[in-house]
Amino acid sequence: MSRAITPQAKAINTGLAWSVALLIAFPILWTVLTSFKPEPQAVASPPIFLGFDWTIQNYIDVQDQRAYFRYFVNSVVISIGSTLLGLIIAIPAAWSMAFVPGARTKDLLMWMLSTKMMPAVGVLVPIYLIFIRLGLLDTRIGLTVVLMLINLPIIIWMLYTYFKEIPADILEAARMDGAGLREEILYVLTPMAVPGIASTVLLNIILAWNESFWTINLTTVNAAPLTAFIAGFSSPQGLFYAKLSAASTMAIAPILIMGWFSQKQLVRGLTFGAVK
Amino acid sequence: MGQITLKAVRKSFGEVHVIPGVDLEIADGEFVVFVGPSGCGKSTLLRLIAGLEDTSAGQIMIDGKDATALPPARRGLAMVFQSYALYPHMTVRKNIAFPLKMAGLSEAEQAKKVDAAAAVLNLTAYLDRRPGQLSGGQRQRVAIGRAIVREPSAFLFDEPLSNLDAALRVTMRQEISELHQTLKTTMIYVTHDQVEAMTMADKIVVLNAGRIEQVGSPLDLYRAPDNLFVAGFIGSPKMNFIEGAEAARHKAHTIGIRPEHIGVGSGNWEGTVLLSEHLGSDSFIKVDVDGIGIINVRAGGELGIHHGNRIRLAPDADKIHRFDQAGKAIR
Repeated sequence: MSRAITPQAKAINTGLAWSVALLIAFPILWTVLTSFKPEPQAVASPPIFLGFDWTIQNYIDVQDQRAYFRYFVNSVVISIGSTLLGLIIAIPAAWSMAFVPGARTKDLLMWMLSTKMMPAVGVLVPIYLIFIRLGLLDTRIGLTVVLMLINLPIIIWMLYTYFKEIPADILEAARMDGAGLREEILYVLTPMAVPGIASTVLLNIILAWNESFWTINLTTVNAAPLTAFIAGFSSPQGLFYAKLSAASTMAIAPILIMGWFSQKQLVRGLTFGAVK
Repeated sequence: MGQITLKAVRKSFGEVHVIPGVDLEIADGEFVVFVGPSGCGKSTLLRLIAGLEDTSAGQIMIDGKDATALPPARRGLAMVFQSYALYPHMTVRKNIAFPLKMAGLSEAEQAKKVDAAAAVLNLTAYLDRRPGQLSGGQRQRVAIGRAIVREPSAFLFDEPLSNLDAALRVTMRQEISELHQTLKTTMIYVTHDQVEAMTMADKIVVLNAGRIEQVGSPLDLYRAPDNLFVAGFIGSPKMNFIEGAEAARHKAHTIGIRPEHIGVGSGNWEGTVLLSEHLGSDSFIKVDVDGIGIINVRAGGELGIHHGNRIRLAPDADKIHRFDQAGKAIR
């Protein structure tokens, strides 16, 4: 028996959904609004919602103080670089765990996930010292490797879950049909796994883009990404809310735009394993 | 050609010996059915022949050549899976053409063979659809199409009909039998359904716990089962087994009598009807026979017998099967 949805119920549900969505999006919305306010109005009490003197001066100031584009490039290089590097390691790892599992595969997967439960600050000092020794401090390559390593368990888990969904029968059918390992991967496995790989890539780029603990602690100038760019506006000359908001808006805009256009893939990625 | 010989083939997963040792000869063009209960090793045996599992010991010969170490692709066999295992991202045409593409045939040759196979299997109208847009029966036909285009030396079927509904299963069963008549290629068919085994096979291989219990034609197995397991597994409804005094009277530990070999109305056995099912063509009657126990009887369709009636039964003396203490048939 299907439940009938009355127009009133639908209206209430829609209203509720919008309220929750607004509540979640409000901090971002407020940040964006604040970025267009003159500094005094940004801290006015009671707060001014829309009736302020709109200005783009904050953006100009932020760009003058720190070259945005350099941070942006660092963010792109580090997030995409760490994702691609992660895929190179994770695809073969997930393949073997999904299709030729050993007796300890499940333990290995749990162990990898358990590393994500450890507070990052616990290994900050050793990693910092290693970075100094290897001359990796404030380098893109160093940061790319660290971000790849911290996200690797998630990449492997996601790919593993996707690969597990590919029925072994289909791969065996390909083998019976005369496909070697190369043809099997090229013509059967990869086309079937593409949506999963795409979701993994998108999610990982976002995770790497937003990562702030390692990016702020291991960089100063050369390799600093947008997270460090925002942090740079939070202290030295006292708190300037409007400028900080402008910097934040500039930092999150690219990833928000990317997220908006890849919503479908992302939802699939975030609910992996949950929906069959 | 499609002659397959298994010599002392064994398969173990760690400590578990799934196939403790099987010897089997399959002649060219034969329709062989592996039948047995779940977990009896019939699918594993098929996968060993296909090369999808490695043998732990023994030898698999295909057309006189040792194929034990050959990868699946080089054994010249085609397989139809229970789940159909179609490539979901490819159209029907590409699915059927895939083995031809792997074999390096030109596009023109591929198209010719795909069209021919599609015509045989009534798939011409669906060639540009994807598997997701087809019904269960159509998907099964595509899977068969993908197998026949390769012109393999033998077809392997792994419970191909178990995902279909009852009516479609009967139709597909007939289609596969007709296909065998046309192609005259060796077919090895795995099923747990003894009706499929009886109706399709030239030769049935009854498996139990990885061992071959008996090999023979459907009627051989029905008429002269080697042991209790085969006697109980082949035939529907199941054979009645009787121990004790009645068995001793026949100089056996256990005697077996099929439900269809018991006459109703007269005879030495008397009992109370516990249940009677009237199917129209047949009646299945469950009787508690005095001094013997529960006996199932298959009788004529329009019998006026109901729950609680007292009836007399006459087992056909020529059709009584005798077994010794170890369960072996006494002949």
